[in-house]
Amino acid sequence: MNTNSNSYTIIYASVMVIIVAFLLAFVSSSLRIKQTKNIELDTKKQILAALNIRGIKDVAVEYKKYVKSDMLMSEDGTLTENTGAFAINYEKEAKESKRFNVFVCDMDGQTKYVFPVYGTGLWGAIWGYVALNGDKDTVYGVYFSHASETPGLGAEIASDWFQKQFEGKKTVEDGQIALGVEKNGKVVKPEYQVDGVSGGTITSKGVDAMLKTCLGNYTSFLTNK
Amino acid sequence: MGQLFSKKNKDVFSTPLGMNNPITVQVLGICSALAVTAKLEPAIVMGLSVTVITAFSNVVISLLRKTIPNRIRIIVQLVVVAALVTIVSEILKAFAYDVSVQLSVYVGLIITNCILMGRLEAFAMQNGPWESFLDGIGNGLGYAKILVIVAFFRELLGSGSLLGFNLLNYDWLKEMGYINNGLMLMPPMALIIVACIIWYQRAHHNDLQEK
Repeated sequence: MNTNSNSYTIIYASVMVIIVAFLLAFVSSSLRIKQTKNIELDTKKQILAALNIRGIKDVAVEYKKYVKSDMLMSEDGTLTENTGAFAINYEKEAKESKRFNVFVCDMDGQTKYVFPVYGTGLWGAIWGYVALNGDKDTVYGVYFSHASETPGLGAEIASDWFQKQFEGKKTVEDGQIALGVEKNGKVVKPEYQVDGVSGGTITSKGVDAMLKTCLGNYTSFLTNK
Repeated sequence: MGQLFSKKNKDVFSTPLGMNNPITVQVLGICSALAVTAKLEPAIVMGLSVTVITAFSNVVISLLRKTIPNRIRIIVQLVVVAALVTIVSEILKAFAYDVSVQLSVYVGLIITNCILMGRLEAFAMQNGPWESFLDGIGNGLGYAKILVIVAFFRELLGSGSLLGFNLLNYDWLKEMGYINNGLMLMPPMALIIVACIIWYQRAHHNDLQEK
């Protein structure tokens, strides 16, 4: 057979593509459930990290123990139970269906609220969770992560020293989100602001903008005492 | 069985591990060697993923080699590699999620790894499936070997740990003046370590040196 004829080449390419397409579709759909579960577990791990529970083995058990309910905030600032699926993409939820997630947690009898935040750093996406005390103002803990910030500079937002700075800071000032990051040494409101990462200015600004925008969505809930 | 492990086949398997190593001698696949070697664990997973993908894509191409239309052979090779990479990536996401997060885009970039295309074009298109399989495993392991060596030094000296186990982060070491070298975590140090390995290898094997 002439393997160099035009018709042979075209048929060969078409058949190959169809076989590969079926194969990939099969693999993807048969692994989907397991993958979604992994992403969910990873999300729960990050929520727990914002509550300063880190380095744990059994995420699902710990999550059940501390996170009491997965709530959605309605526009007037009241919370209703999230009856839908466990959210993974908060940006999509907020933009498309105006759903703002709040995780209500119970740490040894004290209520904590965890809010997802997301934004952009220098090279790509950054995201995280902010845990506030029951007064909806004082920061209990934060967790940040990033897709591709520069190691040693912007990537430091994922390190403990940066995140520890947030503990005990206040969030709302005169109905506005004041919690933020300032350039190292330029902090004017130490009760609201933390030092940025030296050499990671754009990432630090990204964290600042992320906190202001995403927590800003929750203003009606945060000011509703 | 004698046929399967003939002298020639053993050479096919073992030369990529040493004298014809894809990274240190052919200088292929450097990009991912820089990117995933800051920690030992992703380096091992990356090395294994490349080994599996090289081996199986070699076998598939070798089986198809007589039917592939010459004019679209590179496209056929790419489709086979891309399909295998996607499958490995999906499997990692399902069974080793943490590692797949760390490897992020680099699993997908295996598609463009020169080692794969090089072996398919240079070896699998001319040889039978079994030889191609050995060649793929050999080249994959040759790649993995260098990755593991580089990652070993980078994680040990950069983070003071190996596979996440703390080895050097102690207060008394700090008091003696030892601190982790942050530069080790940056990609340039991978290049320098690879260069040192190449230097060592060439110094010991005269026939690798250019005249």
